[in-house]
Amino acid sequence: MSAPLRSSLRPEPAEIVEKRPLGPALHAYRLRLLDPEARRRFDFRPGQFNMVYAPGVGEVAISVSSDPEEETLEHTIRIVGRTTGAIERFGVGDVLGLRGPYGSAWPLEEARGYDLLVATGGLGCAPVTGAIDYVFRRRGAYGHVAIVHGVKEPADLIHRERFEGWRREPDTEVWLTSDRAGPTWRDRTGVVTELFERVSLVPERSFAFLCGPEVMMRRAIALLRQRGLPGSRIYLSLERNMKCAVALCGRCQLGPSFVCRDGPIFPLERISRSFFTRGL
Amino acid sequence: MGLVEDAPRELGGPPTPDAAPLLLPRDALQRLVDLLRQDGWRVLGPVPRDGAVVLDEIERVEELPLGLREVQEAGRYRLEPSGRQAFFDVVNGPGSLKPLVYAPREPLLQIELDAFEEAPRGGAFRARELVPEAPRLAVLGVRACDLAALAVQDRIFLEDREPDAAYAARRRGLLLVGVSCTRAAPTCFCVSFDSGPGVTRGHDLALTELAEGFVARAGSAAGESLLGRLAPDPAPAALLASEEAAIQACAASQRRSLAVEGLPERLWQSLEHPRWRDVGARCLSCGNCTMVCPTCFCHDVWDEPALEGGSLRVRAWDSCFDRDHAQVRGLNHRPTVQDRYRQWLTHKLAGWVEQYGTSGCVGCGRCITWCPVGIDLTEEVAALEVPPP
Repeated sequence: MSAPLRSSLRPEPAEIVEKRPLGPALHAYRLRLLDPEARRRFDFRPGQFNMVYAPGVGEVAISVSSDPEEETLEHTIRIVGRTTGAIERFGVGDVLGLRGPYGSAWPLEEARGYDLLVATGGLGCAPVTGAIDYVFRRRGAYGHVAIVHGVKEPADLIHRERFEGWRREPDTEVWLTSDRAGPTWRDRTGVVTELFERVSLVPERSFAFLCGPEVMMRRAIALLRQRGLPGSRIYLSLERNMKCAVALCGRCQLGPSFVCRDGPIFPLERISRSFFTRGL
Repeated sequence: MGLVEDAPRELGGPPTPDAAPLLLPRDALQRLVDLLRQDGWRVLGPVPRDGAVVLDEIERVEELPLGLREVQEAGRYRLEPSGRQAFFDVVNGPGSLKPLVYAPREPLLQIELDAFEEAPRGGAFRARELVPEAPRLAVLGVRACDLAALAVQDRIFLEDREPDAAYAARRRGLLLVGVSCTRAAPTCFCVSFDSGPGVTRGHDLALTELAEGFVARAGSAAGESLLGRLAPDPAPAALLASEEAAIQACAASQRRSLAVEGLPERLWQSLEHPRWRDVGARCLSCGNCTMVCPTCFCHDVWDEPALEGGSLRVRAWDSCFDRDHAQVRGLNHRPTVQDRYRQWLTHKLAGWVEQYGTSGCVGCGRCITWCPVGIDLTEEVAALEVPPP
């Protein structure tokens, strides 16, 4: 926190060393910064993001989904617009730009020794998958882990095998639900927040990490508070329009916060007023 | 190139209450402009144009709005004869110092691209920071509120972060000749923010225009050197007394005000006040207030093809009143005009204080004058302070 806020918008070239399809219009890109000095300097914590640059086209804010101790870093990128559409044309050996890491991280140090409840909704939720992997790589450092994930319909559940893998971890429960069930759906039916009444939660020794549509997170917060979890241990990941990522273009503001600098991961206490005000 | 050429330029001089006040006769103003021009400065001053006063290059003091004053009210601006032979009776126009330091549109990076098809490295690029060759600009007639606004912008672009390279280059090229206000427009409320009407900080040179001539004070080494070359006499005590009386009368004449103490918390408490809907119905969401505001800094950033090949990363002023300002993919976080007005006002007067330790408002009143429907933030804040029924 002591280093001054960066101002430069200069991207660093990074080579794609691996590209894996994860689902429809969704790929994982493993990247290696070309400049050894930039590679040495790059140090992130799960939850932080990079501005990923399609050269000549534009930038998009994407969270880092790999582990901080890995040599290379990974971004999971879904095609949603012009820039991500351009990125899709890039393959192994091609060069993208990166600048970052920016923003705040999940409180993975503070949460050591605690139980974790991770609630996600919608497609993927890359900002939190890196944190889940981080925890399982250091399994002994954390208590019980509950993962709750909701989708609109079964087809939205991309890489089910990842959830199945987490389900096999010790002292872990994984709950999947779909608003609408299909013939092959073998998990629960209903909105994700209905699971909050069933999931294990010892409020005195738990952290909750939330990531997904804001309406889902608002409902989740109410239910978690009902069950006695204090706001200081509820963290959420927010998405806002980010053009600069250096707290200067002004677009990502939420009340007095710049989401790119003070977020994207917030303790609920810090934004409880702003987050519950519509249109702020 | 003259004496001030190589003097290190300190950004925004410290307050200089002790600078000896000197008396410059009225004809010394032209000599000041001549000296600055000889020293290689482009001299900008307020000039009447198309019915308003704008900042533009001057050579002769007769180009200043001599004998004019302006009528300002919510949504209204007119120049009219003042009946006085004063250079600086017009308080301000739509333009502040902002575009001189934070360019309305500026390339920040030059990006050279290899042809995408070139194996094995498609997309290879080299990005280079572009730093503008900032002109040396001496600005004549800068008001205290605009100097205060520049200090706010310095805070945003230079302090508490790695300095923004383009802003820093332009900022270093500025020499500021302030003018204390002896007349307030009806839209002025600098007293609320203690940012005027007298020039006390941030200037290289400060002038107060009186019938007998100008009281002049240096605010920096550059200003001191300039004053020395104009060889003025010390200002007599009687003149200083009438200067103080004129500035105090100007302060006392201000009709608008904001209760600044505790305002951020009161605004945060009013986020659901029905007045937002009311002002949202009047606001055209045109963004004029943000364009004339001397501190608003929101912008857009994009890459565009450069004529000479490759790509330029461009930064350009943008407004929180733009419909897509808070749009991310399919979701607009501030979909209505009342959301966007609330964002502007709460950022300016409340969020800013948490972000930068200072309000984003200096009381210049431009957003009131240049609002096409005459929305007055002091009136809106007063209405928000009244608990809803």
